[in-house]
Amino acid sequence: MAAAALPVLELKGLGKQFGAIRALHGVDLTIRPGEVVGLMGDNGAGKSTLVRIIAGNFPPSQGTIHFGGREVHFHRPMDSRSVGIEVVYQDLALANNLTAAANVFLGRELKRNFGPLVLLDHKGMEARALELFRELRSETRPHDLVKDMSGGQRQAVAIARTRLSNAKLVMMDEPTAAISVRQVEQVLSLIHRLKEQGIAVILISHRMPDIFAVCDRVVVMRRGEKKADKPVAETSPEEVTALITGAKEAA
Amino acid sequence: MSVPSETSAASPEVTFTNVGASRWWHRGVFASQTAYVTLALIALIVIMSFASPYFLTQGNLQNVAKNFSFIAIATLGITFVIITGGIDLSVGSLMCFAAMITSMVMTSLSTPGMPLSSLFVHLAADGKTVVANVPGLILIVSVLAGLAVSLVVGLINGACVALLGLSPFVTTLGMLSIVRGLGYVVSNGKGSFPGGPDADYFYALTQGDVYGVPAPFIYLILLALVMALVLHHTAFGRHVFAIGGNEKAAELTGVSVPRVKIEVYVVGALAAGLQGIIISGWLGSAPANMATSYELNVIAAAVIGGANLAGGIGGPLGAIVGCVLLEVIRNGLVLAQVNSYWQQTLVGVIIIAAVLVDRIRARLL
Repeated sequence: MAAAALPVLELKGLGKQFGAIRALHGVDLTIRPGEVVGLMGDNGAGKSTLVRIIAGNFPPSQGTIHFGGREVHFHRPMDSRSVGIEVVYQDLALANNLTAAANVFLGRELKRNFGPLVLLDHKGMEARALELFRELRSETRPHDLVKDMSGGQRQAVAIARTRLSNAKLVMMDEPTAAISVRQVEQVLSLIHRLKEQGIAVILISHRMPDIFAVCDRVVVMRRGEKKADKPVAETSPEEVTALITGAKEAA
Repeated sequence: MSVPSETSAASPEVTFTNVGASRWWHRGVFASQTAYVTLALIALIVIMSFASPYFLTQGNLQNVAKNFSFIAIATLGITFVIITGGIDLSVGSLMCFAAMITSMVMTSLSTPGMPLSSLFVHLAADGKTVVANVPGLILIVSVLAGLAVSLVVGLINGACVALLGLSPFVTTLGMLSIVRGLGYVVSNGKGSFPGGPDADYFYALTQGDVYGVPAPFIYLILLALVMALVLHHTAFGRHVFAIGGNEKAAELTGVSVPRVKIEVYVVGALAAGLQGIIISGWLGSAPANMATSYELNVIAAAVIGGANLAGGIGGPLGAIVGCVLLEVIRNGLVLAQVNSYWQQTLVGVIIIAAVLVDRIRARLL
């Protein structure tokens, strides 16, 4: 690996226990700016646990996280977000009773001062949300309620969130699981665009074609441990499948 | 910044070929339970005005306005709690307790010889008449005392729900009993009366009117406007709705869920306390059994007005419409000389009917 760019994210010996269950054990992982890393593994392999630790949902039981060269300790999702980590959750984390624009800006609303009052800047948020949807080529109206939206539109709302800030790392948990073929193309081209801007992406997916279409590296997890970490050019879907299932022990 | 429309076909624009715009009557307030309950209310008022010559008289309207204002402020408060998906059963007890504390503090500070009273009152030259050092100060202090106990109760409710993770129903059911019990303890079961030199101000502010408009009604309208502003134009209001819609999403996107939850219970408690203080002014006393089971009226009014107990939906208009509807029905039954025992039965029917019609509407439209 070229030492030109400092790693954006560096995990060392990351482990997590939930009571007697060992969800994650001794995971080392290094990600550089502009790198797209596919994270694969069967259900219960520890992918989501890993992502949630990096996202600050809960702290690791062992190990350290370095982000942008500094050691970080996340206690809340806000902590990881404030250093530049964005997450698209598998269940998208949308409030159905709010509009698309409200969901995009949830937790970091644009505000304006009216004398002593600090009020929401509805126009500003709708305009920015519309820009983001346009960028994603999604037919989504900022003022429509999320509960009336299709799977692809909901996905667009969730992804639009990550574009609000100057993220350095975007993690996507199954972003292509529930959407149409055309929308999958859009999500993948969005990942390309993030890469061009030097943003690192961790893509969790069960879909082998997606991984091989956009990722630079693929990391395979099994039973809470990292079993493989290699450039996609040096592996094949067959090998990855074997690593996931355990037919091949390690690569 | 260009706004795309269905007609513009410029390529970088978003085009909405497959996604139609929803019609205005399928959107916002028009598509809500609040909208048709308002229609039902208007229809009811029209029918009533034909059925009874007394209904639209000034005296009767003032009466109606005053009566629904007596639960509506608490309903505004509990609507915040309901929007987050919570519930507050302690509002009735708290109305009584806050009113009691207010009148007891007022009386105590106005009685020479009681602790601290020397700061507020002195005896006039005749040795009998009690005169306030600063007119109105006792009133302010005693109302603040009533609101302060409400604040504490709201903080405890909120902390139990948000920090300890107890169910809102159980927490506030317990608080209903605790606060009612404390009311009996501090008063020894006797009622308390607002007294002293500031009592007249107190009555003027609670029973009085401005050009025929009852004072509680004015407070209600002002508070409802503030509430509309807070719910729809502040980040706090947005977070209240988000928590009711999807609490986990709110948490993941960085909303401070425990803090917002504690705040809504505090708002609900303060509204209940203020409501109780106003009621005691109207009654002229704060009896120990005051506002018993009012929590049910308050919740019923909120639900009829369109607040969803599952969370995520509600607002000041609905809260007020719910209260007005309940009061107009009660008033109508009185004018029609129907046995007043029927009132409660009818309220129950209306609660179920309002929710049922909303379900049918959601399915048909």
